Amino acid sequence: MSREPILTARGLVKRYGRVTALDHADFDLYPGEVLAVIGDNGAGKSSLIKAISGAVRPDEGEMTLEGKTIHFRSPMEARDAGIETVYQNLALSPALSIADNMFLGREIRKPGVMGSWFRMLDRKAMEKKARDKLTELGLMTIQNISQAVETLSGGQRQGVAVARAAAFGSKVVIMDEPTAALGVKESRRVLELIQDVKKRGLPIVLISHNMPHVFEVADRIHIHRLGKRLTVINPTDYTMSDAVAFMTGAKAPPPS
Amino acid sequence: MTDTPQTPRTPQEFESAVARETAVASFDTHEKSLLERIRHFLHSSPASVPLIVLVLSLVIFAVIVGSRFFTPFALSLILQQVAIVGIVGAAQTLVVLTAGIDLSVGAIMVLTSVIMGQFTFRYGMPVELAILCGIALGALCGFINGVLIAYLKLPPFIVTLGTWQIYLATTYIYSANETIRAQDIEANAKLLQFFGEKVPIGGATFTYGVFIMILLIAVLWYVLNHTAWGRHVYAIGDDPEAAKLSGVSTKRVLIAVYVLAGLICALAGWVSIGRNGSVSPQIGQFANIESITAVVIGGMSLFGGRGSIMGMLFGALIVGVFSFGMRMYGTDVQWTYLIIGVLIILAVAIDQWIRKVAG
Repeated sequence: MSREPILTARGLVKRYGRVTALDHADFDLYPGEVLAVIGDNGAGKSSLIKAISGAVRPDEGEMTLEGKTIHFRSPMEARDAGIETVYQNLALSPALSIADNMFLGREIRKPGVMGSWFRMLDRKAMEKKARDKLTELGLMTIQNISQAVETLSGGQRQGVAVARAAAFGSKVVIMDEPTAALGVKESRRVLELIQDVKKRGLPIVLISHNMPHVFEVADRIHIHRLGKRLTVINPTDYTMSDAVAFMTGAKAPPPS
Repeated sequence: MTDTPQTPRTPQEFESAVARETAVASFDTHEKSLLERIRHFLHSSPASVPLIVLVLSLVIFAVIVGSRFFTPFALSLILQQVAIVGIVGAAQTLVVLTAGIDLSVGAIMVLTSVIMGQFTFRYGMPVELAILCGIALGALCGFINGVLIAYLKLPPFIVTLGTWQIYLATTYIYSANETIRAQDIEANAKLLQFFGEKVPIGGATFTYGVFIMILLIAVLWYVLNHTAWGRHVYAIGDDPEAAKLSGVSTKRVLIAVYVLAGLICALAGWVSIGRNGSVSPQIGQFANIESITAVVIGGMSLFGGRGSIMGMLFGALIVGVFSFGMRMYGTDVQWTYLIIGVLIILAVAIDQWIRKVAG
């Protein structure tokens, strides 16, 4: 792959008091790939992801998206730039409907006077778009788009959150531990979802502790250790125990 | 270094037991028991319980009190009595939807009504201007609540417990506990009593206060259900963190909710002058409790994010029907409070049961 990375970070530093969470960390995401980010607890991978998704502002370093320098001050800015995040807690509003949730914070208003003066929501348009998106991802067994999210199972909720990210994420989708709270069957469906999103050409950053899942769907694995990128490996070249050994420092990383 | 592997990787062996054709997002179509179906219905239409209770209580009183109760006149009288609670309850609805509570609603209502009266009579201000001042003050009171809750992150219960005392004390200090008599208002500032004016329609008698309550609730119903802002109010009450991550400016919406609640309470202050005729710092002592009662009996969840403003209206009407019906029946008024108390506890129990749909 000689393509340019779509998203890069160079020399990111983030300190919390005397703790250095990110110590000159680098990051590269290439178009159309699934990049898994793994690392021990406290290695700084969530700080790295938060910096990319705009939830945290790094103290030093720079990031680029499609070659342009970016400085996100909030998750909203990252979203506006085309980076969508599926949070571990999903960030769904349980009592609201599937369609309302997918459009929360970026609702569509009716055209004409009803929309501009009376600010009326265009429920039909939102429900249609939501249904299209869910169908695209093969989730259209959800019959009733106006049913409350809290009546869905864990996997279905994950599906709604992923569909929301895929619907609006024009450049990058970040998924934080998407299978951590799910059973075997539902995890499988989510992994298929990840493949579906990838097929549509969207690069995905996958944060996960689940090595089998990582090795199944990732094209490359970014191993984070002690606040920086230790190495990036190809999952077909190494075993899971190799990866864990690099992660924990039991084995020296391959020369890059 | 970044070659995509050509060999398709397969699921883990231990997953082979999982039947693949069962999609994750399919719905269990197994026959639901009647109870489950009722629960689902109540879950999707939260105003239905109070509506059923309202209709039942109307039927019961029509039977035990007789035809005296079921006249347009008697029923419209109930509406007149409910008008102020309905308006204050609308303010309370907004706050409760965000998982807050506003104990200062009654105090804002009294304070603004006193301001409207005193500005007119003490300073000789044009009555329209005095009313505007009162309404602006209501918004300011709400703004203070909102800032303390949204930016200082103090719990709404504590903030409004404090501002309740502050606004009430301000009312007494400023007015010197002085009442403006109804005759004086009628002679010099008729506009203050506007909402008390009676409008006979057929055998029924309405006041403008009743109309403004219905109009206000209709507008808020529209805003809450058909605008983005309304959805945001629900989302904040549901899960503030999720709302924030979804792009809702939670602080701004919260402040707007409290400011709007203050405005509505000021409107209630104006309506209360019409209802009482006079301006007195002694009125509306229990408006906060009454509005919370209406909201709870109306099936709204005090944990936020659930319920309908229509439910609040039905809740207020239930209380109105009971107190009016019991009085006509001729029992001790304490029976009304006893029944209201039971209804409150029942409403919360039903709310808890309905919420289990989620689990």
